Amino acid sequence: MRAYIPAYDLRVPGSLSEALALLVREPGIWQPFAGGTDLMVLLEAGKLPHKRFLSVAKLDDLRGIEVTADFVILGALTTYTEIKNHPVLQAEYPLLCTAARETGSIATQNRGTLGGNIVNASPAADSPPALLVYDGEIELVSVRGARWPPYHGFHTGYKKMQIASDELLRAIRLPRRAKPWRQYYRKVGTRKAQAISKVCFAGAALMDGGTIRDVRIALGSVAPIVLRAVKTEGAMRGRSVTPAVIAAAEETLAREIAPIDDIRSTARYRLRVAQNLLNEFLSQLAK
Amino acid sequence: MSESVSRIGIACRVNGELRRVQAFPMARLLDVLREELHLTGTKEGCGEGECGACAVLLNGAIVNSCLVPAIEADGAEIRTIEGIARGEQLNAVQEAFLECGGAQCGICTPGMVIASVALLERHPHPTDAEIREGLAGNLCRCTGYQKIFAAVVRACESTGEKRPASR
Repeated sequence: MRAYIPAYDLRVPGSLSEALALLVREPGIWQPFAGGTDLMVLLEAGKLPHKRFLSVAKLDDLRGIEVTADFVILGALTTYTEIKNHPVLQAEYPLLCTAARETGSIATQNRGTLGGNIVNASPAADSPPALLVYDGEIELVSVRGARWPPYHGFHTGYKKMQIASDELLRAIRLPRRAKPWRQYYRKVGTRKAQAISKVCFAGAALMDGGTIRDVRIALGSVAPIVLRAVKTEGAMRGRSVTPAVIAAAEETLAREIAPIDDIRSTARYRLRVAQNLLNEFLSQLAK
Repeated sequence: MSESVSRIGIACRVNGELRRVQAFPMARLLDVLREELHLTGTKEGCGEGECGACAVLLNGAIVNSCLVPAIEADGAEIRTIEGIARGEQLNAVQEAFLECGGAQCGICTPGMVIASVALLERHPHPTDAEIREGLAGNLCRCTGYQKIFAAVVRACESTGEKRPASR
């Protein structure tokens, strides 16, 4: 059933300090609202129990892409369209650009934001696997100040995050070390465009001849959170890409992920596809 | 009944004209356009951002108006299907849809035209892949996709310039 719209409030503070003050004054009352590409869907379906939202749309401190010598810093309100069109992101972080291009339609890409994709905390989100592979950090701000925890570890369980009720996600920064890494991203959905992932895989490896000197992989839609598969990485790090290593990595991955049956796919299919994507990633490294 | 918030004043420019409405903050832009401004060319299909029937241009960018809260239209420039033709003079995209039979039942057509106009503003000479990408967010339940695709190609060719095969 559709929601009763007059029951919903959406405040639009004009500055970050105003927004943070509201979060402190009434803790837990105001939930952030960014592009709305997920929350408005829940609203229409009558599945949005929370009623009071704080629009971050006018917070200029959450906008823009800044490029420094060591980092690219993306404001939480950076849209998928801004990501996929940004020349530095295209050159150094192709996995993030691919994720942005494969998220929803162009209409969704114009509204959906990177910060929203993180804080909405869907295990099927497409940009978080890329952010994990690039070893991103996030900036959480409150009246108490700012902190920069690593993004890895931010999600602790289904829709659970290490964020206090008075904090807002302001930015995501990626270290500018990705260029020499061999990178791979593949999203598997029902159709080529505008599908929610059945499995999404991002991987990057730093090669030393035929040896994997360092590696990071992350997957969406195979666990309660978007998962950095550290055990699987451990099964590959320091090894050469051989059929035995690929088989061992696939075996470890099967124990590390926990896919489920749901409306979009089955646990069995997801496990097989996740292993196949890992295999494809590793096989390409061997070439 | 749940407690209610107050309606708020929203001022935006719609198809070049300044309009003021009172709406609940979380009202859908789609409903404000149709119910308050009587711009019923914008259609509701799925109501969940999948089908593109409610597509409009918000500050020049295509969005699904079912996913935009009314309050975010405040101060914005909105173009709906009613603002695509100039009086009786159809846009090249609309002409091409007519010539190619790019409409069947017509429910998806306003969104398809908006998506095509937005595409041609981004890429005046799109590749086949860019046309498919530009239309990927619009579903046609009559499944007349080939004629819609052909209409976009026709609209590009009406400018007399050649489209690249790829980029």
